[in-house]
Amino acid sequence: MTIPQDLKYSKEHEWVRVEGQIATIGVTDFAQEQLGDIVMVELPSEGTILTKDESFGVVESVKSVSDVFAPVSGKIVEANDPLTDSPGIMNEDCYGEGWIVKVEMSDPKELDSLMDAKAYQACLAEGH
Amino acid sequence: MKTFNEQTIFEISSSGRKGYSLPKTEVPQVNPDEVIPKAFLRKTKAKLPEVSEFDVVRHFTRLSQWNFSIDTAFYPLGSCTMKYNPRINEEVARFPGFALSHPYQDEKTMQGSLQLMHELQNYLCEISGMDFCTLQPAAGAHGEFTGLLMIRSYHESRGNPRTKVIIPDSAHGTNPASAAICGYQVVTVKTGKDGIVVPEELAPLLDNEVACLMLTNPSTIGLFEKNIQKIADLLHSKGALLYCDGANMNALMGVARPGDMGVDCMHYNLHKTFTTPHGGGGPGAGPVVVKKILEPFLPVPVIVKEGDTYRLETNCPQSIGRVRAFFGNFGMFVRAYTYIRELGPDGIRKTCEMAVLNANYLRALLKDHLTLAYEADSLHEAIFTDKFLKDYSTGKVTKDGRPIPLKTLDIAKRLIDYGFHPPTVYFPLIVSGSLMIEPTETENKQTLDAFAETVKKILAEAKTTPTLLTEAPHTTPVRRLDEVKAVREPKLRA
Repeated sequence: MTIPQDLKYSKEHEWVRVEGQIATIGVTDFAQEQLGDIVMVELPSEGTILTKDESFGVVESVKSVSDVFAPVSGKIVEANDPLTDSPGIMNEDCYGEGWIVKVEMSDPKELDSLMDAKAYQACLAEGH
Repeated sequence: MKTFNEQTIFEISSSGRKGYSLPKTEVPQVNPDEVIPKAFLRKTKAKLPEVSEFDVVRHFTRLSQWNFSIDTAFYPLGSCTMKYNPRINEEVARFPGFALSHPYQDEKTMQGSLQLMHELQNYLCEISGMDFCTLQPAAGAHGEFTGLLMIRSYHESRGNPRTKVIIPDSAHGTNPASAAICGYQVVTVKTGKDGIVVPEELAPLLDNEVACLMLTNPSTIGLFEKNIQKIADLLHSKGALLYCDGANMNALMGVARPGDMGVDCMHYNLHKTFTTPHGGGGPGAGPVVVKKILEPFLPVPVIVKEGDTYRLETNCPQSIGRVRAFFGNFGMFVRAYTYIRELGPDGIRKTCEMAVLNANYLRALLKDHLTLAYEADSLHEAIFTDKFLKDYSTGKVTKDGRPIPLKTLDIAKRLIDYGFHPPTVYFPLIVSGSLMIEPTETENKQTLDAFAETVKKILAEAKTTPTLLTEAPHTTPVRRLDEVKAVREPKLRA
């Protein structure tokens, strides 16, 4: 299982890549492995306002349907539309082509509540 | 010859073949074009199969022999309570007085049916410790919907319908679905470390907008929600109610009563707890029992007993109305009534005790081989996680060289080869790679032993020949189905 060092992580198994005011959000390798083959992704549209810890999308696999929670608040500037037709990208390249949305953060301080790679690793080891 | 290459009934159709022979009609034939408006006429001929009676008998008998059911073998589908449906239920449901009665009959001529429903309501109240009952809902989820509508009406009558329903993360998916359909916002409360709801997590979520908490007790993970009384007090102190999902009443009946624990409203699943047929053999029935405070909101008609006669009351101004045509699925009431009368109070308690004993026996047999999800005592089912699978491997790697792990699904599929229905897998979501095994009181020790031995045998196979698992099932008409392709590329038309 991979946990890139340069990302931030939420307890709900989302990752965040920060570039200036823009946060790219996706689900972690652990999450995609737990979900199994992803068969459908419901994406919010550009301009949607996200509130931290609230659900903003849905990922469906053959095993389950799961909400995706916003690790930070802000406005969606881009959604990864190709996921709608090829949801399997999230299994194949969850940290790259499988990103879900890009968000213009409204409160970058929220990033402090997220985990770094080491803390996320520990969180997984604890069995959450 | 046993062959699994059964064609569809349409494929065995042969032009001109018939399953009937009728005498010449004495009524003159009429051309449909002349008597039926054009808009209602088919443009193309209906593609009905042309087969003989014997073709039909053979075809469906063969198909029925492939069917897996509780009548053929062990069916430990966790959370579903797949118990044996006693044949006497069927016999009583076919008594002409019940089977041939019609809901449009005059009340005076259906006194027996009304008496049966009234008494069944009383039994369901007594078993749950509640005050009133409606039998109308046609399934468990329909019962949830009915219960929530009553709760909404109750709050409305007090001036504020409220906006939120709290549901634990261990809940069955129907709970949030029912709440959403009733217009409520769903708020999730996280279960504590032991898998049950703890007051510390619940208290911060409570405010004057919470209509109720929907709690399944015992929970979907087979645990008794032992904080339930405290939880009820917390809710009541905020004017909120406690809804109980009675799906797992099989593990409480005759021993403990939700009504005594502070529950205000609860539905039963007659097809689970009270042995009416499941699924395709249904229909279901999801009666709702309530405390006195919810009585004014019960669906109509309400069955009223006056002296020795029964009548249907529809003049209930605060009622949520009708939730089902006529009185609900009456045939199910006859079966559940028969079951309850057959068991009596002692039998009900014994049934519950045996269901719990069986689950714990299986748990004891398997706990050193699989990984227990929770250390706490189980009630009606044993739940395992897939953590033990880290010691196993499929021996295969992905395109980019990562080892492909052995999965819960592989074990489940291999169980089919040994003649067992797999347990529920990957549910609930809070248990990683969940295996949820609910034997019910139906099974004897020999069956439980055989099942546990088979699981151990499969684990041994996993060490030596993992393909036996990853390519399972081997003995079924169709082999492992490609579930991903089925969902990603659904083919919905022939």
